[in-house]
Amino acid sequence: MKSADKETTIVAFCCIYCAYAAADLAGSMRLQYPSNVRIIRTPCTGRLEVEYYLRAFENGADGVLVAGCEEGSCHFKEGNLIAKRRVNYARKLLAESGLEADRLKMVNVSAAMARLFTEHVREMAETVQRLGPSPLNRAKTRVQQEIKP
Amino acid sequence: MIVAERKSIPELLDMLPNDSKILVLGCGTCVTVCLAGGEREVSIISSALRIASKARGLGYEVSELTIERQCDNVFIEQAIEAIEKVDVVLSLGCGAGVQAIAERFLKKPVYAGLNTKFLGILEERGVWTEKCSQCGSCVLHEYGGICPVTRCAKHLLNGPCGGSREDRCEVRPDRPCAWQLIYQRLKNIGQLERLEKIEPPKQWSASLSGGPRVIIREDHRI
Ligand code: SF4
Ligand code: SF4
Repeated sequence: MKSADKETTIVAFCCIYCAYAAADLAGSMRLQYPSNVRIIRTPCTGRLEVEYYLRAFENGADGVLVAGCEEGSCHFKEGNLIAKRRVNYARKLLAESGLEADRLKMVNVSAAMARLFTEHVREMAETVQRLGPSPLNRAKTRVQQEIKP
Repeated sequence: MIVAERKSIPELLDMLPNDSKILVLGCGTCVTVCLAGGEREVSIISSALRIASKARGLGYEVSELTIERQCDNVFIEQAIEAIEKVDVVLSLGCGAGVQAIAERFLKKPVYAGLNTKFLGILEERGVWTEKCSQCGSCVLHEYGGICPVTRCAKHLLNGPCGGSREDRCEVRPDRPCAWQLIYQRLKNIGQLERLEKIEPPKQWSASLSGGPRVIIREDHRI
């Protein structure tokens, strides 16, 4: 992986019924994808609240991927549709707060779509690379540099 | 209930002083129900403020607290300790809540994080509508329980303006014509004859036009 990947972190909230299984399958299939992604297994993307995304950025994420089932096949009927609306709202809040909305993205994959899952992760890694590290992390680096004698 | 809406984060950033300790104070009553200023929103707004502060180097130190009611002394007491520790309070209460806090903490700047909009109800999930503009002398009984003062865009008390299309108001086509609703409702309850009565001009002195209002109940005073 490129060195920039190592300096950034992508948090991927993955629904256990689809994207998490797809990520697992990607591993079994030996598919390569950026190593800076940290996968968090969730019972359903509809369980994720707006705060979770904001907290991820507060705690150092440079990009956040929310991966739910394909529309129409949510295990809980409409959890992924709820998630979509919340992600849109969180994107708006991020933009208002001075972070690029594109750092947060929702995607839909089925449990069988390992390849598509890796493509989504790669795309998010590219977005993060294009935007650079989150300004929150840049600020941290700046402070650390200033403290150094 | 009182319905409010959050101010945008840039508006809050404009309002809040840099390098300060900020308490985001929520209210557990009306603004919790209308999803604008309850515990959840306190958490979300605080998080957004921390992100903005870090991204732009504003030096905020944000703490969070939600009390049951900001417009009530008994509950305000529960916030004293938290308020004393900070430089400013960003209240997510309604306009009355913000002022109640400001009146009790004489030297503490208290800012409004919400725009207080109206007295209304939850019409359907995610949709709140205005129902009463607190005119001070309620005439709902004349109109089958549908308020023309609030829900007719022209506040007409003696019949429709004639501009409605289908059942929509000509001023706000996304809203029903109040007079259409009043007619239908009076018909349903068999009181259409009420519409024959001419309603005299309304006494606006009972409303805010007569200055800020106060109610004094001698039987309750001590
Ligand atoms: S008539 Fe006045 S008090 Fe009654 S609902 Fe309308 S605005 Fe409110
Ligand atoms: S269309 Fe109906 S609600 Fe709208 S202003 Fe006219 S009478 Fe009032």
